[in-house]
Amino acid sequence: MTTQESEGNVVVSAPPPRSGWPLFEVFLRSKRGLNHVHVGSLHAADPQMALRHARDLYTRRNEGVSIWVVQAADITASSPDEKDPFFAPSGDKVYRHPTFYEIPDSVPHM
Amino acid sequence: MPFDTAYEAITEENDSERWAFGTGFTDPLAGVDTSVPDGVDGADLAAYCLMLGDDALVMSHRLQQWLARAPELEEETALANIALDLLGQARLLFTRAGAADGTGRTEDDYAFLRGEREFRNVRLAEATDSDFAGLIARLLVFSTWRLALLTRLARSADPVLAAVAAQGVKELTYHRDYAAQWLIMLGDGTSYSRERAAAALTAVAPLVSELFEPTAVESRLAAAGVAVDPSQLLAEFADVIAQVVDKATLTWPKALGLAGVSGQAGRDGIHTEAMGFLLAELQSVARATPGATW
Repeated sequence: MTTQESEGNVVVSAPPPRSGWPLFEVFLRSKRGLNHVHVGSLHAADPQMALRHARDLYTRRNEGVSIWVVQAADITASSPDEKDPFFAPSGDKVYRHPTFYEIPDSVPHM
Repeated sequence: MPFDTAYEAITEENDSERWAFGTGFTDPLAGVDTSVPDGVDGADLAAYCLMLGDDALVMSHRLQQWLARAPELEEETALANIALDLLGQARLLFTRAGAADGTGRTEDDYAFLRGEREFRNVRLAEATDSDFAGLIARLLVFSTWRLALLTRLARSADPVLAAVAAQGVKELTYHRDYAAQWLIMLGDGTSYSRERAAAALTAVAPLVSELFEPTAVESRLAAAGVAVDPSQLLAEFADVIAQVVDKATLTWPKALGLAGVSGQAGRDGIHTEAMGFLLAELQSVARATPGATW
């Protein structure tokens, strides 16, 4: 895209991005699934359109019974740089796992 | 349970041989009696199945022509899904037609080996779209009309038609919703999108009146409780379209119905010029290599 300024200089600027739609992240729950699982992302103009797009892109093969979409910009994520201070300290504290107890068979999903 | 991918986690069974198919699929005709009911004329039933099947096949083909030129990748997949839903309806209806008329013709025989005059779809289905708004307006009209039709057909005296219709109602509900959302977005969007949405309504309006004119076959079968008299659908159609058009801040244009030839139109096998080009593309491979399989 070029524009002619009054002094006669030609200013060249990059074309606008092809899609102005924001990115959404998609989470699906399957029929027997216990929780929503992240399956991918898509572009949409608003959350309602994102829900429809998610239906069309990620449930074509009968995968889901419930969809969540959330705008990617709204997700606050931990940084890979902080991996050690965030996660390493719990790595040696084996006593935090309930492995020292007998778990009854009737208690699922531990 | 550990999973390598999220998709493994969300399928019901981890059947690696069939990973692409997900699970829980159902056959709409499972347990349905496929014999032609007593007192129903087989030739009429076959003709009616071809009308509804041709509507679906031809509309599906027009939707497929948008693939690789839709404005967004996500919309392209949405249009492909809608096209596939309609193709599935056409396949069941063609198979039913072959059983009802006693010729035993297959779905491929009907789709690929009939000439233009033998197709019984309404001319709305074969119309070309000048832009995305044109497609959306046509899809809204088509799916609103067909949903009203299949909702009533789900109570048909023919168990196969009833089962096909019941399955189609769920599909058409989504198609109508998809088209309505887009028409509202375009009509109530920018002045440019609004202009194109209004032009799309003007283009589709002349094709509407044909949808509600019953043929002799439809009238006979409707009297027997097998088919739906399309003139009964007009009130529901008008109500839904008025709501959507109003929400889109547009107005439905006044238009005369597109004239037929000597009073004959799509249901009589009289089509517009666009139909020949559509069939040439649809049938070219099957006609060039008869009986080919892969």
